[in-house]
Formats: sequence, C-alpha cells, structure tokens
Amino acid sequence: MEVGRLPIASSKRGKLLSAGYTTLDSIFRSTVTQLARDIEVSDSEALEIMEIASHASSRLEGSSKGPATVGGGQTAWAMLNEENLSQRITTSCADLDSILDGGISCKEVTEIGGLPGIGKTQIGIQLAVNVQIPVEYGGLGGKAIYIDTEGSFMVERVLQIAEACIEDMSEYSHHFPKDFQACKVKMHPNSILENIYYFRVCSYSEQIALVNYLDKFITEHKDIKIIIIDSVTFHFRQDFEDMARRTRLLGEMALKLMKLARKFSLAVVLFNQVTIKHTEGSFQLTLALGDSWSHSCTNRIILFWKGDERYAYIDKSPSLKPATAPYAVTSRGIRDSTSNTKRIKMM
Amino acid sequence: MANKLITQLGLPKWIANIFTARNIITAKDALSLTEFELMELLDVGLADVSRAVAHISEVVCPPCQTVLFLMEQRVRNESLAGHLPTRLKGLDEALSGGIPFGVLTELVGPAGIGKTQFCLKLSLLASLPANCGGLDGHVIFIDVESKFSSRRLIEIGVKSFPEIFHKKGMAQEMAGRILILRPTSLSEFTESLHQIKVSLLQQQVKLLIIDSMAALVLRENEGGYSGQQAFGWHVSFIKSLAEFSRIPVVVTNQVRSQIGDEAHKYSFQAAQNHLEKKADPATYDSHLVAALGINWAHAVTIRLVLEAKSGQRFIKLAKSPISPPLAFPFSITSSGIVLLSDDGMELKGPEINRIHCQGQNAFLNFHGERLQ
Repeated sequence: MEVGRLPIASSKRGKLLSAGYTTLDSIFRSTVTQLARDIEVSDSEALEIMEIASHASSRLEGSSKGPATVGGGQTAWAMLNEENLSQRITTSCADLDSILDGGISCKEVTEIGGLPGIGKTQIGIQLAVNVQIPVEYGGLGGKAIYIDTEGSFMVERVLQIAEACIEDMSEYSHHFPKDFQACKVKMHPNSILENIYYFRVCSYSEQIALVNYLDKFITEHKDIKIIIIDSVTFHFRQDFEDMARRTRLLGEMALKLMKLARKFSLAVVLFNQVTIKHTEGSFQLTLALGDSWSHSCTNRIILFWKGDERYAYIDKSPSLKPATAPYAVTSRGIRDSTSNTKRIKMM
Repeated sequence: MANKLITQLGLPKWIANIFTARNIITAKDALSLTEFELMELLDVGLADVSRAVAHISEVVCPPCQTVLFLMEQRVRNESLAGHLPTRLKGLDEALSGGIPFGVLTELVGPAGIGKTQFCLKLSLLASLPANCGGLDGHVIFIDVESKFSSRRLIEIGVKSFPEIFHKKGMAQEMAGRILILRPTSLSEFTESLHQIKVSLLQQQVKLLIIDSMAALVLRENEGGYSGQQAFGWHVSFIKSLAEFSRIPVVVTNQVRSQIGDEAHKYSFQAAQNHLEKKADPATYDSHLVAALGINWAHAVTIRLVLEAKSGQRFIKLAKSPISPPLAFPFSITSSGIVLLSDDGMELKGPEINRIHCQGQNAFLNFHGERLQ
C-alpha cells in the first residue's frame, strides 16, 4: 500500500511524499520524532499518522492469510446461511408477500415507487405496524423509525391500521393450542404507536444529518427493525441546482443506509416519486432521482394501476424473480386484493 | 436548524475554525458536501472529518417523537381533533372529520364546476364562532383569478347559517375576518407568502386558501426549467407553512385537456400497453387532466376532484391517506355546495383520477343566470 492512499489530510500526504516516505514500510522504519522533524509536524500529529499507517497495514496483512479472512469478507456459503436466517416483514398482503419471498427483507434497502395516491404512505404505515408483530405470531417484535419528509403521515391512520392488526392477531391466536394461549401477548394500539419513532424532516440537509445520526440513535434504542423514509425524493427534488452534487450526496446517503441495514440487520424502505422521462421517442413514467440513483437500492418495487386494481412489480432485485402481484388498500390497511368481495366502507 | 453556524455547534475549536476558514459557515454548507469532499477541502484526516460530521448531524437533526406522543398532543391542542368540518356529511365522515390541519388539500376540476364556491363555503366555516362549529379564526384567501365574490359569500352565509347572519353586525364581522389577497405575479405571491408566514404567527389565522395555484404558475411561464425550480420552492414552502402553523391549506388546481396519447406507462408496461390500446379504443377519447403535473400531485395530501358526468356533478375523494376513493354527487344551491347523497360510491382503477366534463354548457348558463 502506498502513502498516497492513506486517509489523511492531503497536505500531510504531500509532505510525506516530498520527504521520501513513499511506502508504509518507510514510515514504520522511521520513529515518531524523526517523522515529525522530517515532515515538519508536531509529535502528536506524527503519532497519528503512524497509527493510521499501521492500521492500514494490519488490514493488508490480514488479507495474506487466506481467502476466508480478507478484511470484512465472507464466503458465499456463510452468506447463504445468513440469508436463510434473515428475517422478513410481512406486508399483510399474501400475494405481495409471495412475490417478495415472505415480505420486506431485513439487511437490505428496498425502494418502492409509484404515482400519487397509489398507496405508498399506506404501505409505509402498514410496515411500521407489522414490524411490531410479536415473535409468537411469526413477526419480528421490533420497533420502527418513520422519517416523514412530505408531511403526509397521518396519526389517525396509524391508529386504524394498528387496531386492525391487533384484531387480526387475536383472531389468529384462537388457532393456538390451549396451553399456548396462556402466553398470549396483550397488545394495545397505544403501545404500537409508542414504538414508532417519528422524525419530520424539512430540508435535504436535515435529511442527510438524520441519516448520519441514525447510527447513534439505533445503538441507543434497541430493537429497531425497520427504517422507513417517506419519501427520499421530496427535498432532493425541490431545491437543487447542481445535479452532479445531488447525485453524490444521494450516493453517500444510500451507502450509509445500506451500512445501517447490514450493521443492525434491519430493513430500510425508501419511497420514491415518479417522474416523466423522454426515451425512445415516447414519454414514459419512471422513478425520480435519475439513473445513478437507481443503482443504489438493492430491491426496487414499482406500484401501478392495472385496470381496476393496484399492482406491485419487482423491477429490480438480485434474488427475486421479476413478478407482479395485486394488492388492495382497505380501511384496515394493506390487504389481499379480492376483486369479488366488496371492500368494507369505512367510517 | 440546518442554518446554524458551525462555530456554535460545540465542535472542537480547531476544526470549527478550519470549517470557517474554508467558507463553510453553516451546518447546511457542511452537509451539502460528501465526507470525502470535505476531507479534500479542509485538508483534515478522514477520521476527524467523520467525527465532525457526526457531531454536526447530531445537533442539526430534527427531534424524534413517538407517534403516541404526536396523537396525544393533537388531541390536547386542537379543536375538533385537527379537522375543519366541511358540513358535507358524507365527505366529513370519509375524511374522519373534515379538511385536516397541517396538510395541503387540493381541489381540482374544470372551470365553473364549483371550486370557488367550495372555497367560499370553507372560508365562512373557518370564520364562524366556535359555538357554531367553526374555527373562530381569520382566513387568508389568495384570489389569483379575481373570482372572489363578497356578495356570493354573504349569500351563502345567510342561506346556510341564517341564525348567525341575521344577527345584526354578524355578517360584517364574519366577512371582516376574511382577508383577500390578489397577487398579480409569482414574485408578488412569493412576497405575500413571506408576509403570511409572519401574520400566521401574530393573528388567529385558521385557514389559508389559494385559488388557484395553477393560474399563478401557468400564467407566469410555459413550463420552463427555472419556473419548475421556483415552483418547487413554493410547494415546499406552502407545505411547511401548513405544517408549522397547523392550519388547513386548501389549494385549487385547473384542468387541461390531455394532449395526444399521454396515458403514461412504465417501460415494463409497454408490451401490455399495445394490447390494451387495441382492445379499448375508448382511450382515444379526449379527457381532462390536472394542470399541474406529477411533482405537484405528489405534494398534496388530499385531492378532491370535482367533475361532471352525464349532467350530474360529482365530488371525488381521489387521494387520501385515510379513506378509500369515494364519489359523491352534489349540486350547487344558493347555500353553496350540497351533497345529494351521503353514501359515497367507491371508485376503482383509472376512474379515480379521471376528470370528466360533460354538459359543461349547463354550468356556464347556470353561472350566467345567477351572476347577472
């Protein structure tokens, strides 16, 4: 490894190079005081450089010991086991769950996009509630972070969906064996509401700040299993002139979210808006934020109308087949699309 | 929050000084660069940059609330649980109480369908005393198309709330609470928005109406890029106004006819598209779409479509986070909009967002008669 690639200030890098320290080895052969004198920095700064250099080299040394121990690496076999264990959050719609192989996957970033009114926020709220289904009922028993950038989050609606979810669970618990019913979990809608952490973001810089801060927040608040950003697009679509910078910032944000997903094995769900793009002589709908953004999420789901029904389409996923499935938005939340039965009219 | 000065964030002095020296004055400036860019620009090691960014982020990031806390706060602080009742029974039920506070509600429909009538009625309702079911507040009515008619306002008032409006001086007081602004250009509108922000805090303003947003934007430019940018700013500003003052904001939107075969599809739908077109020649029928495009439609929380189909007017709840799409037949009487039925018909598929306009001449006649 060369000195030119150490993560230190560029001026110090320049000084090191001009003083003849071109390899890590040459730094180690020197002493702290000598290094400090040669590149005209204080002893403590020189020590810091030494530490960074030795850290970098220890990572390199690790790599020579065999393929399995490359820094941070993992074999495909180990990953397979991990994937099998990975948890999924149900969407409350059987068809949707089946094309998603059981639901929204933890440890992955899933992007969901669609036209206004298709039900993006509804899915977001449903997931924030469903993540809390206790382990006894096949859920995750986790908590949710809901980041609202558009102000479309409705508390009343969360309450409705939470109540419906509890009703469904108590119905389900009748199927449990008798002795099991004793440990039936008592859940109250209020406790569901209490376990959703809500952030209202009012500018893109706040959004970036929040994503940076989430690492600390999740460390402090245990059991968070899903981060929902509704929508990732809004602020980035409004006040940007420099599109290249927007792409860089979005890229960094996506990277951080992906890190969070892996580190805490939680699901990240990003909602995106739709824009009209001119391709091949015709106008087509496509998700906003451009082409480079489309690479940054692991899974991409597009919601659309087909005839009288709402459908979800898996547009991109490394593990799932491209497929479509109908779903419905009812007063109780996201449910199976049953075109023959009438939806209950809500109050 | 993001406009806080770097020097006041409690960073170690030396690194705060480096930030300032490189002309990164506010937290926003710092967060608008990636960590790697900062490292290059500030000439500081990556570890220090990451630490500084993490610190800035923690200070700047918005506070966390649990949803339970939000709900309790709403219940405690707001009359009528945060809704302005429209007094249209079916619609109020579907919206769980009326036009919600803190979000944008959009009315879209062809000319003469009754958007302004609806707005007039809402302004009256917001200004009514609390013991009559109103919000007992002031109303700001931004009248872009000069359609506001005080005569009609009083007429609706007298017919719908005779007990209040026949009291002496009441009509004057009610009408006196409604402030009409008539901006002639987008820049003038921007200016009044800034003033409104201040006056929302000072006065008891309980409702903001913009009639119509489309006229304001479309008049100015024909969809130029800079126009789109400026419009984006307005959208987020109005949204934040609604949210932080916790008042309902009602905005009207015009319609335009759909140009050519504009029924946009995603690329993966293209194959299906061809088949459908052959099977269903009806898609060639000209129909109307909202004048402001998708970007705007994403920004509104509730969309009400007013339309006419075979001589009958309908009000459709086309987008709402708390209700399935419903359609209610209505008519306009001297007391304003009245629903002919409180049981909404449920809508499905493309029908939800389609805007019909049949027998429009009838409306024009109606208006002609009444206004002259």
